Amino acid sequence: MTPLKLWLTADAPTSRWQAQAAQAYAIWRSFARNPLAVLGALIVGTLIVVAIFAPVLAPYTPVGQNLSMRLMPPSAEHWLGTDELGRDILSRILYGARITLLIVVMVAVISAPIGLIIGAVAGYFGGWTDRVLMAITDVFLSLPKLIMALAFVAALGAGLQNAIIAIAITAWPAYARIARAETLTFRNSEFIAAVQLQGASHLRVIGVHVLPLCMSSTIIRVTLDMAGIILTAAGLGFLGLGAQPPLPEWGAMISRGRSFILDQWWVATMPGFAIIIVSLGFCFLGDGLRDVLDPRQRDGR
Amino acid sequence: MSALSPFPDSERAPRLVSGLGTVGRFVLVTAMTFLGLLTITFFIGRIVPIDPVVAVVGDRASQEVYDATFRQMGLDKPLITQFALYVRDVLTGNFGMSLSTGRPVVEDLVRFFPATFEMATFGIVIGVVLGVPMGVIAAAKAGSWIDQLIRVLGLLGYAVPAFWMGLVGLAVFYAGLGWVAGPGRLDIFYDGLVPTVTGILTLDALLAGDMQIFLNALSHLILPSSILGFFSLAYIARMTRSFMLDQLDQEFVTTARVKGVSERAVIWKHAFYPIRVQLVTVIGLSYAVLLEGSVMIEIVFSWPGIGNYLTTALLTADMNAVLGATILIGTVFIVINRTSDVLYRILDPRSR
Repeated sequence: MTPLKLWLTADAPTSRWQAQAAQAYAIWRSFARNPLAVLGALIVGTLIVVAIFAPVLAPYTPVGQNLSMRLMPPSAEHWLGTDELGRDILSRILYGARITLLIVVMVAVISAPIGLIIGAVAGYFGGWTDRVLMAITDVFLSLPKLIMALAFVAALGAGLQNAIIAIAITAWPAYARIARAETLTFRNSEFIAAVQLQGASHLRVIGVHVLPLCMSSTIIRVTLDMAGIILTAAGLGFLGLGAQPPLPEWGAMISRGRSFILDQWWVATMPGFAIIIVSLGFCFLGDGLRDVLDPRQRDGR
Repeated sequence: MSALSPFPDSERAPRLVSGLGTVGRFVLVTAMTFLGLLTITFFIGRIVPIDPVVAVVGDRASQEVYDATFRQMGLDKPLITQFALYVRDVLTGNFGMSLSTGRPVVEDLVRFFPATFEMATFGIVIGVVLGVPMGVIAAAKAGSWIDQLIRVLGLLGYAVPAFWMGLVGLAVFYAGLGWVAGPGRLDIFYDGLVPTVTGILTLDALLAGDMQIFLNALSHLILPSSILGFFSLAYIARMTRSFMLDQLDQEFVTTARVKGVSERAVIWKHAFYPIRVQLVTVIGLSYAVLLEGSVMIEIVFSWPGIGNYLTTALLTADMNAVLGATILIGTVFIVINRTSDVLYRILDPRSR
């Protein structure tokens, strides 16, 4: 054993810093033991790298048309073939990673804080605040998500930005439920009472002491929800309600390839594989994070 | 499918009402949720378009027409009165006219719903018939290759876009192998040959005693239903496996084994019997989600159901039709959800 490893696995850490490092090391160790979780992390990491370096990685431009090369099957020149305007499908999928990443990040950034705050406030104050907030949450939770997203997009108008807003509106209730459940478990514990006795305001107790403790289960849930968010976004794109052409959104690309599915199968099929791989990646990563960060919530073993 | 999460809901929401019986609470909560749905559709229909009158009469209407429509729509009244009128309209089945079909929306909904119902019901049957045994086998052989295979199938249910699967399915099984019929509910030359009784084509064909049309309808139905069934199968198998594992851990199962009960009887009688109540809830939930998922499948298969109606309306900005279809799907979704919840309470003595 190297000294570093001994230091990280010490039974009695001598400083807070060492204890934190040891905990991070233990989490990393159990994460790395789960091959699917590592695969998921690799896929999500690849998505981020591809999104950032798309211009470097893509062999062609995603929008440049070349009508003499339309609907070419996969070949050495065009690995995944070309679409009906002669655009390289591989390049469009690589650029499309940017749109997918933008959607999932924006939906998470909008819906997770809303859910967290509503759930934490409901759990912290209890009583009528709790009942009313949870009744609203329940109403949203018992409505069909895809249909509601469709109705919101219909009202707001088609487009990438409105699709993100519509998905975020349907995504927050699950996080509110989780934040409330977490808050209830330590609502009456002594450290909360101690902070209150020191004169901390409600705002401070919730913001500084309650919310951070709700974070890990929310992060797990958000990661697991990513696959669903990607599928909903792709569905909106497929219907022509999401990102508009010529943006290389994966769902919209499948929709364009629909007319050629029988003869030029690659146009619609390839973007579908991209969606499946990325969604699976988020599922694997979420499952792995749940096992590591929150063994209590494991289901189905 | 997004509404299905691998998480069980860790905490039940607090009860807004108490002191009512199970049925009373069911009615009240369902009514409240329905009111919530109407609040959202009201908001979408009345407040989101900048000027709802222009949305109806167009921007070249004269001032008199504009004013008349403004009053006729009740827009001069306070918002709460408008909402009350809206709820009354919906409850009496008045969803307005559809701009694209020129018929009252409620007539359209009645006409299109049976097709969706037929496909979704067929789908859930496939999902249950295959999913439950798969979950039981996976639990009985936990850790084996067959368990892993079922796990991967389950994860694919969360990762594959339904519309993509529909397209690939059409390319492979219709165009490639020729095993099933193509898009639509019937081959064109059979169209309109059986009288519409229930609107469920397979049933109507049987009622008319026409086996040829029945088989044709079935070969159109099988692919979209199987794809829908796959998504509910993924969820049902996963939940069944998890319930079964809990049961197989219990001491009475060990006792039964010690007594020498055969493994098959242990699994199906001792372990499976107690979980059937939990399965009711799971099946109800996946049926609701499956109805929603049929929207995307209907488009791919040109299936003349609510999903196709809704998306056609979306693309032509026919808001009455969009909101009518949303309310219909939302209501069915709520009722199935709440019914499976209340059934669980009634059937399971522990939850009383």
